[in-house]
Amino acid sequence: MADYTIKVRRFQPESGEGPYWEQFKVELEPSLSVLDALLQTKDREDGSLAVRCSCRAAICGSCGMKINGQSGLGCKTQIGEAQELAEKKMGAVGGSAERAVVVIEPMGNMPVIKDLVTDMESTHWAKIRRVTPWLLPHGAPPEREYIVEPESMLDITQPMACIQCGACVSSCLSMEADPGFIGPAALAKAYRFVGDPRDAETKERLHDLAEDPHGIYDCTHCFACVDACPKDVAPMDQIMRLRRRAGEEGIEDPNSGHDHEIAFVKIIEKKGTLDESLLLQESFAPGIKGKLKPSKRAIKEMLGSIPTAIRGIKTGKMRSLPKLIPGIHHKLPDGAQDDVKAIYKHAEEHNEEFNLYIKGEEDVEPEPDEPTDAILGDEAAAAAESESA
Amino acid sequence: MGGIPTAASDFSPIASALVPTHDVLVIGAGLAGQRAALAAAEQGVSVGIISKVHPVRSHSNAAQGGINAALNPGDSWESHAYDTIKGSDYLGDQDAIEIMTREAPEEILHLEHLGVTFHRNAEGKLGTRAFGGASAARTYYVADITGQAIMHVLYEQLMKYSEQVARYEEWFSTALAIDENGECCGVVTRNVADGSMELFKAKAVILATGGNGQVWKPTTNALICTGDGIAMAYRVGAKLMDMEMIQYHPTTLAGKGFLITEGARGEGAHLLNAKGERFMETYAPNKMELASRDVVSRAEQTEINEGRGFPDGTVALDITVVPKKRVHEALREIVLVGRDFAGVDITREPIHIKPGNHYTMGGVKTDVDGRTDIPGLYSAGETACVSVHGGNRLGANSLLDTLIFGRRSGVDAASRAKRIEGSTPSKKVLEDEDAMIAEINSRAKGSGRRVSEIKLELGTTMDAKVAVFRDEAGIQEALEIVRRLKEETKTAYIDDHGSVFNQDLLGAIELGYMLDNAECTCIAALERKESRGAQYRTDFPERNDEEWLKHIDLEQTDDGPEISYSEVTITGWKPEARTY
Ligand SMILES: Cc1cc2nc3c(=O)[nH]c(=O)nc-3n(C[C@H](O)[C@H](O)[C@H](O)COP(=O)(O)OP(=O)(O)OC[C@H]3O[C@@H](n4cnc5c(N)ncnc54)[C@H](O)[C@@H]3O)c2cc1C
Ligand code: SF4
Ligand code: SF4
Ligand code: FES
Repeated sequence: MADYTIKVRRFQPESGEGPYWEQFKVELEPSLSVLDALLQTKDREDGSLAVRCSCRAAICGSCGMKINGQSGLGCKTQIGEAQELAEKKMGAVGGSAERAVVVIEPMGNMPVIKDLVTDMESTHWAKIRRVTPWLLPHGAPPEREYIVEPESMLDITQPMACIQCGACVSSCLSMEADPGFIGPAALAKAYRFVGDPRDAETKERLHDLAEDPHGIYDCTHCFACVDACPKDVAPMDQIMRLRRRAGEEGIEDPNSGHDHEIAFVKIIEKKGTLDESLLLQESFAPGIKGKLKPSKRAIKEMLGSIPTAIRGIKTGKMRSLPKLIPGIHHKLPDGAQDDVKAIYKHAEEHNEEFNLYIKGEEDVEPEPDEPTDAILGDEAAAAAESESA
Repeated sequence: MGGIPTAASDFSPIASALVPTHDVLVIGAGLAGQRAALAAAEQGVSVGIISKVHPVRSHSNAAQGGINAALNPGDSWESHAYDTIKGSDYLGDQDAIEIMTREAPEEILHLEHLGVTFHRNAEGKLGTRAFGGASAARTYYVADITGQAIMHVLYEQLMKYSEQVARYEEWFSTALAIDENGECCGVVTRNVADGSMELFKAKAVILATGGNGQVWKPTTNALICTGDGIAMAYRVGAKLMDMEMIQYHPTTLAGKGFLITEGARGEGAHLLNAKGERFMETYAPNKMELASRDVVSRAEQTEINEGRGFPDGTVALDITVVPKKRVHEALREIVLVGRDFAGVDITREPIHIKPGNHYTMGGVKTDVDGRTDIPGLYSAGETACVSVHGGNRLGANSLLDTLIFGRRSGVDAASRAKRIEGSTPSKKVLEDEDAMIAEINSRAKGSGRRVSEIKLELGTTMDAKVAVFRDEAGIQEALEIVRRLKEETKTAYIDDHGSVFNQDLLGAIELGYMLDNAECTCIAALERKESRGAQYRTDFPERNDEEWLKHIDLEQTDDGPEISYSEVTITGWKPEARTY
């Protein structure tokens, strides 16, 4: 048993007062969950503390919340670990570890109804309904089952594993900027149908999701949803799959977002910081340094963005001209670059996990993703792999 | 947008001034409730479905293992029926079991056509896994999220048919309305979001509120499994049946009660005692780990009681013998459970487990179309007792039960709705419920015990006295405690007196339901003076077909449950000794 203090952001709608913070002392095993801490508080101290919960086992999706600022499930976050994180955070700003408390807030990007209970109907379920979330097969069903590739079922079992908890929605940066964004959970759900060989409206679905300005190109590839998701659904990966399928369908990515993101990831891995000159080049013409030639479209795009680059220099976003010349940008000093590599390695290992349904175990070869690997060699594989799920 | 129809408009709760009226009203939106609602809607009647949590939060999502059906060419419904009957220790009604096992293949195909992502074999056809108590591998599954996968697909269909089925998500039912002819005509329900109380009118009401696992602590069941429907039906005079039959699952994590699916043993995992012995050799030399659940749970409990378990009162489940790739592919959920809730990598080391409360075989007595003793009142799923599970439910038969009898209830309720005029429920039932809530609210802080304290005492009492091994003295003691707790509940106080999301109040109402469930289980367990299925009486260790091959039915009276008996339906399979 250990003692913890939880600090809960409360809102009692009938009190006539605004939201406020309240601290509670709890006593429980470090391996028990943040939800257990809340339930203990409810049971022993204040029954009016509202929190949705049911399964206590990360299955029902009720208990989405923010813990120390991170969106996730209360029942899946151990109180001991949450405390450690709180102490680390406190340390980082120079505070003393004793003063660290576990901070619990309702999910973000959603109106709060009471305490930790948010309105998921308007922010989550409405988006889910937006993607026509049911199977649309053609014609009458077969007499027996549909015969499909076994892998295809495993493939969409990853998005099927979504428990609709909303943690990804809570964490999504694009959603913050554009509340109309269909969002990670609903798009993961959309992939569940796009990837389903039994669905006959794949093309229509892809056009719909690509042409909606709040659709698949509205995602900034920020990884927040991947980190938040308690079920390893990796919504961002599902969105990238939708984009790739859209690309295969001949749908143009209006902002080259997909290539841009791969480039972004690769450059940071190599350089540690963002080398803007490379970004332009990699985004639109990932062939210049390597063996492949840039496509006509890529050249056009790159020329088209020269004014942007110049504007960038003028406004100070790109600080100097040499930065536009590939190779001048320096790597990070003092082994910091190794830290960056370590982060990538971690991400790669994570990635292994996302794909458990498909890959099964460690030693299964990742699917090759054509051009990118060839250009930047081994290092690029890490970035590319997040696409090839 | 292409040929895709857009989703129908958002569901808007019905304004308070009107009495919400539906032909068929389903209470509960787990697999049984959702299947019932869809089946009723297909008949062209208007349907409402009520759930105290959002439908996808329902407990059916916890079902990891799979769903049984004799669909393979080499398999037969007769074989499935026989396994179920033997598993039930001959207390299951064979007419109902025949219906369930015959209709199973079609139901699986229906689900597949709706979009369930069932596991495929190399040829791309539906693939199976082995489960306990079954003579063939006939369990269909989606990784280890079968219940979730099926329920989410049914919910997709509810969204698709939102014009035909009105959804009341986060509405909590408190009492059934019965008209002067003794027929069920509605239900009082509280809108959790704003605390308003509504009297719903319906021509048929289907109770599909799940089981009562929370009466025991620990349990594999979710916090919402408080036996609400069983108690609501009992309170208006419907009969309950087989209430003594409570399943303890062989592989649950100590303490929290989390379940490790039987799928693990289906994939070949071993059970080991502290000496490293595969002890099932002694208890079930043929079926080993895949004997029926009651058999395996008793074996484990015997090992633990006789000192061959681990110091934490457990034995070990060794999954490391299953190929790693297979574990990741088929048992991913328990890899996560092991990692997140026990700190164990199950692919590398054995995990400590013990028997834990899991399933309510008994419940509201129904016929094969879900009809209870009260006209207009139906029940399906874990709330109901048809009975297909008798003394012991086979793994992967429960999801099947919810779907088959959910569908049948929906169809029958719809045909009743088409047939009858329907009566308007009296306002009295609504006034009574308002008064009940006002009374709870009026109790001052400190006037009695906290609701949570009473729940805890109830749970630990039942787990200690009415579990794997039972005897008269223990059950009697539990019954006395339950009755004392019933008295104490009358003065138990809550902190929250508000309208919006008052979970404290709902908890107090649920406690009442739980105590009714507990009392009935104690009475039935005392009454059955033999050992059959989940009921193992150390003072009556043998099965006694002569006297006890019958159901125990309970009906509410002012002095508590009144006992009567009903015949077990036997169509062809005569009771035999049960060995595995
Ligand atoms: C951990 C676990 C694993 C399992 N694995 C399997 C398996 O592999 N195979 C198998 O066949 N079975 C399995 N089972 C059993 C099976 O999951 C359940 O028996 C079955 O899902 C019950 O479904 P249901 O529809 O009857 O009820 P539930 O899914 O429990 O749904 C009950 C519904 O009623 C609603 N409700 C309850 N009270 C009220 C009220 N007062 N007012 C309004 N609404 C209310 C709830 O909100 C919910 O929507 C498992 C069970 C557990 C606990
Ligand atoms: S990766 Fe995309 S969907 Fe995910 S949180 Fe970031 S912006 Fe949102
Ligand atoms: S994708 Fe993950 S985080 Fe998002 S709703 Fe589903 S389970 Fe929750
Ligand atoms: S309580 Fe079910 S997900 Fe946390």
